[in-house]
Amino acid sequence: MLSVRGLNAAYGRAHILFDIALRASKGEVVVLLGRNGAGKSTTLKSIIGLLRPLSGEILMRERSVSRLKPYQIARLGLGYVPEERRIFTDLTVMENLEVGRQARREDAPYWTPTRLFELFPNLGRMQDRLGGRMSGGEQQMLTIARTLMGNPAAILLDEPSEGLAPVIVEQMALTIRALKQEGLTVLVSEQNLRFAHAVADRAYIIEKGHIRYSGTMSDLESNGAVREQYLSV
Amino acid sequence: MTASAILIQFLNGLASASSLFFVAAGLSLIFGVTRIVNFAHGSLYMLGTYMGCSLVEYFGRTPLGFWGGVLIAGLAAALIGAMIEATLLRRLYQAPELLQLLATFALVLVIKDFALWAWGPEDVLGPRAPGLDGAVTIAGRAFPEYDLLLIALGPVVLGLLWLLLTRTRWGSLVRAATEDREMAGALGVNQGWLFTGVFALGSLLAGFGGAVNIPREPATLMMDLSIISDVFVVVVVGGMGSIPGAFLAALLISEIKAFCIGIGEVHAYGIDISFSKLTLVVEFIVMAIVLVIRPWGLLGRAASVARGPGTLEDPLRSPSRHLLALGVAVLGVLVLMPVLGDAYTLVLLGDILVFALFSVSLHFIIGPAGMHSFGHAAYFGLGAYGAALALKHLVPMEAALFAGPFVAALGAVVFGWFCVRLSGVYLAMLTLAFAQITWSVVFQWDSFTGGSNGVVDVWPAAWLGSKTAYYYLTLVLATAGILLLWRMLYAPFGYALRAVRDSPLRADAIGIDARRFQWAGFSLAGLFAGLAGALYAFSKGSISPEVVAIPRSVDGLVMVLLGGIQTLTGPVAGAAVFTWLQDTIARNTDFWRATLGVIILILVLAFPQGATGMLRRRFAREQS
Repeated sequence: MLSVRGLNAAYGRAHILFDIALRASKGEVVVLLGRNGAGKSTTLKSIIGLLRPLSGEILMRERSVSRLKPYQIARLGLGYVPEERRIFTDLTVMENLEVGRQARREDAPYWTPTRLFELFPNLGRMQDRLGGRMSGGEQQMLTIARTLMGNPAAILLDEPSEGLAPVIVEQMALTIRALKQEGLTVLVSEQNLRFAHAVADRAYIIEKGHIRYSGTMSDLESNGAVREQYLSV
Repeated sequence: MTASAILIQFLNGLASASSLFFVAAGLSLIFGVTRIVNFAHGSLYMLGTYMGCSLVEYFGRTPLGFWGGVLIAGLAAALIGAMIEATLLRRLYQAPELLQLLATFALVLVIKDFALWAWGPEDVLGPRAPGLDGAVTIAGRAFPEYDLLLIALGPVVLGLLWLLLTRTRWGSLVRAATEDREMAGALGVNQGWLFTGVFALGSLLAGFGGAVNIPREPATLMMDLSIISDVFVVVVVGGMGSIPGAFLAALLISEIKAFCIGIGEVHAYGIDISFSKLTLVVEFIVMAIVLVIRPWGLLGRAASVARGPGTLEDPLRSPSRHLLALGVAVLGVLVLMPVLGDAYTLVLLGDILVFALFSVSLHFIIGPAGMHSFGHAAYFGLGAYGAALALKHLVPMEAALFAGPFVAALGAVVFGWFCVRLSGVYLAMLTLAFAQITWSVVFQWDSFTGGSNGVVDVWPAAWLGSKTAYYYLTLVLATAGILLLWRMLYAPFGYALRAVRDSPLRADAIGIDARRFQWAGFSLAGLFAGLAGALYAFSKGSISPEVVAIPRSVDGLVMVLLGGIQTLTGPVAGAAVFTWLQDTIARNTDFWRATLGVIILILVLAFPQGATGMLRRRFAREQS
């Protein structure tokens, strides 16, 4: 579904990513683990086209998207949920969803506000609330719902558990599993290993812009040395 | 004033507010979504007026012909706006903000000369609206029927815009992109079409605002810049990007102006105060007050930090040995110029030196200090008038030459105190406001400044009277000023300025008093701009309010940006090229503005980093 090869990216003169390679198959939940500043967000931003890579190949369903603009990539069925949520604070919940709406796609689940409110009942109860007047957890739900309105076949989730109360984190894990059930491909970046275990099939570990480890979640479970070296703080 | 007079003035204010609101709403929409401060917006308003006049003549003076003409003029402006966006501005969204500004100003020049070519230099009087050319009696006074219609039209357009923005998906997209256009893009919103659409709508409002005014005001070639400064004020007072704010501010300013005219001359405590003369400046006073009390306008909100790949300025480098050698060589040639060149070359070089100093002083605050001034002519003009008036009333020329910069620095200290409290577009607008206030004072204070006639017979002292002697004086003072300003950028003072520009918070945290440094920088730049103004005054022998007018400020910006803002030598090169080009083109064609505009556009499109920035980049690539 989604594959990245030899990705190099930089902010100005600061080289951030070095030859990143990743892959996520259809219906798979893949987690990109790493500490703060390891390059997780930069990787996701490069994939969606918000940051133009220096070099490398990004393929969405065997089609190269590395030279496309973010809106073109989004319209090919790749959704992006940013770390800072970036809700449109002046718009209501419904209007936020409306901005995300794109045409129906054959190869991906079809979302309407009604279906999304089944997934996120909280949002259904505050359809006319301004985005700026919502709690962090509600905003996190809205930002995912907004992206789903584009009917993506794959989504990039940037640290969805960050800054949320434990009960909301649990809800978030349920949501991601529900999306997997729908057949969505999910690439999620995380620092929280427990959360990763709750949702992911496979993991990559990124450190200082290099992929240091790749394997299934159960492999990672049994590999204490790797966890110690790259993830503990 | 009697009650009926007050009522009539109030209605007059309402009628003027409508057209102003249309144009301001258009600018506000465009700015909100694209973050481009579109100088050419006033030009579309002007085109709307001209096209409205011509179309109504063509269709015939019937109600259908009139309103058909007005609407088609608006639509034509929309089409022109969309074309400008799609062919030109779209290529510049990644370019630095100031360069986009330069491009829109080049458009102003081109459109102005187009209007000159199409409609000639004479004012064009518009027809009255058929069926609405009479007057009704209100409170015993006659009031034009057409103005009543305008009063009604304002809220109608406000309502339509509100519906469009809050009740349609397109409106949601526009508001979303206003808040975070990068995120909207990541959600699949095609910014290209959205921006073109917003530009078309904004231009429609500008063109319609111009066309609907034809029974009230003649079409002139001056109206583009005069409306744009009015509209900037309205948009800033109302809050950038807020349509209701623009409506409120248009009402406020139109009412205040109407009452200034209504009150007229007042005699109180033995002083004559002319309120009608205040109309030129009162809106800027309102803006200055509003910006100091509510820095984001009446209904605006703190601007969100622009998202996306940050445009960090490159650090300033010490000049290389080659560059120093080149500088010495240029100076050597300049010293020998009286022997090598003719009188004409000397005068042109003198002008170039004066404007090089002016442009370096502007670069000092725009570049390293990060304060985008749109009104640097204020200090050039204060220097020129300070010197000229000191010579007339007080002291000999040698002292007057230094009185000029002193007056300019004083002005910069006062204006700068307000300006450094703001940042970004708001700061730019406030500097523009202060320049305009200075201009109005100079223009209207006949008894002291000579009003529109200016000051004549401002010649240097006898020993500096020859062209060669004055050339050397200019060379010495301008070079000294430029070198001093450059030197300061490599001193701790300059480091502090750059630190404040790059990260106000971090600068604050290490104990730098940001405002004090910016204030000092602003004042210093004013001082040297004033020196340039004083030198200019004595080189020409006479000065007029033109030295303080908006085009002079824009000239400065063009010089700095043409040369490239990232380098120190850029502003000097920009000043030289610009002054030389202006001189050459003006002598060879009647349409020098358009020619200059097209040259600027080509340069901007070809070298989005400015000319010297491009050279340096190429140089760096070859070396590496």
